[in-house]
Amino acid sequence: MEITLTVNGTEFTRDIEPRLSLTQFLREHLDLTGTHIGCDTSGCGACTVTLNGDAVKSCTILAVQANGSEVTTIEGMAKNGEMHPIQAAFKEEHGLQCGFCTPGMVMVAADILKHNSKPSEEDIRHGLKGNFCRCTGYHNIIKSIQHAAETINK
Amino acid sequence: MIPAKFDYIKASSVNEAVNLLDEHGFDAKILSGGHSLIPAMKLRLNRPEILIDISGISGLNTIEETGSEVIIGANCTHTQIVNSEVIYKNVNILKQAAETVGDVQVRNRGTIGGSLAHADPSADYPAVVLACEAKIEVEGKKGKRTIDAKDFFVGIFTTALEDDELITAVRFPKVAHGNYQKFYQSASRFAVVGVAVVHDGSGVKVGVTGVADTPYRATAVEKAYKNNNDSDAAEHAVDGVEVMEDHFADAEYRTHLAKVMVKRALEA
Repeated sequence: MEITLTVNGTEFTRDIEPRLSLTQFLREHLDLTGTHIGCDTSGCGACTVTLNGDAVKSCTILAVQANGSEVTTIEGMAKNGEMHPIQAAFKEEHGLQCGFCTPGMVMVAADILKHNSKPSEEDIRHGLKGNFCRCTGYHNIIKSIQHAAETINK
Repeated sequence: MIPAKFDYIKASSVNEAVNLLDEHGFDAKILSGGHSLIPAMKLRLNRPEILIDISGISGLNTIEETGSEVIIGANCTHTQIVNSEVIYKNVNILKQAAETVGDVQVRNRGTIGGSLAHADPSADYPAVVLACEAKIEVEGKKGKRTIDAKDFFVGIFTTALEDDELITAVRFPKVAHGNYQKFYQSASRFAVVGVAVVHDGSGVKVGVTGVADTPYRATAVEKAYKNNNDSDAAEHAVDGVEVMEDHFADAEYRTHLAKVMVKRALEA
């Protein structure tokens, strides 16, 4: 069936099977491969994007459910060749090791900071409950989000 | 992982959804947030031939307060429940439970109606609806009916819903004093054990999830508490219950956790 949605500010219309997940739609139909498939069962958070502004796990949303919605992926974070402050903070604070979880971490960090511009360490840890880093690099991920909050609040 | 093929229809009214359910019977499934159904379909544990998406039906995602009740539309997400001032003030125990569901992304999509209809034996809300004596509003081909929480959960992943029925709302009586305690399965964040305690004028009502294949009222605890008014009543947490075993907790450990969680909830 035909769906139309806005991804990173651009409208796309595609004819798809109802069983296609939003992750697959982004990766295979729009070539936006920054959104990763990890567990594929809504446990790990590697596939996190925002849907109408809210962080969601795109592996557990059918593309047809997102019909008419606005989606932002990791590719939509940088603007005019400048990294988003969250991305810059991850770079600065070594918030990634292998990098596989990073797109999901950045997208959920955006959600945390949207609701709370000065999150405590505990707030950040609570917000990251649905995102796994199998390198176990959580300390620097938390530092990165704290750093990003400082930059954004300046 | 990709689900088996299905047809997708976005229903624009409860009536349309009911007619589709009636037409397709067991082959159809209701889709709202999809956070229980879609993973089950990916694992091919569930292979409906038609999905009826009710997420766009107006009037199913509101939270209303009446004199004695709070009425929550079936499509309300866990995040809506966590953020609702009406629930915070009048059914705080439900907010406490909603906050423990999954993670922020899951809470942004999963719904109260979906969770109840799915009837996962380790889901959080069943303990709360039992302790609160909530009423589940459903609609089917024969019209509307109200199911008491105690009659709703029939077995593992099984409810009193007929094939042509869907949940439209959940009605909670206002609760002044209630507490939800949970021992998390640390990866999935489902309840290994979840306990809801509601204090009313004369005693307590205790709902337990995660312990048996069906959530239950711990009536032995309620009786012991009434007689002695102390939290040692928690020793009766699994009286008359066949305790579930899995790779997260064997029966002995789960029994211990149930007693500890009941005690904590009674003392909170």
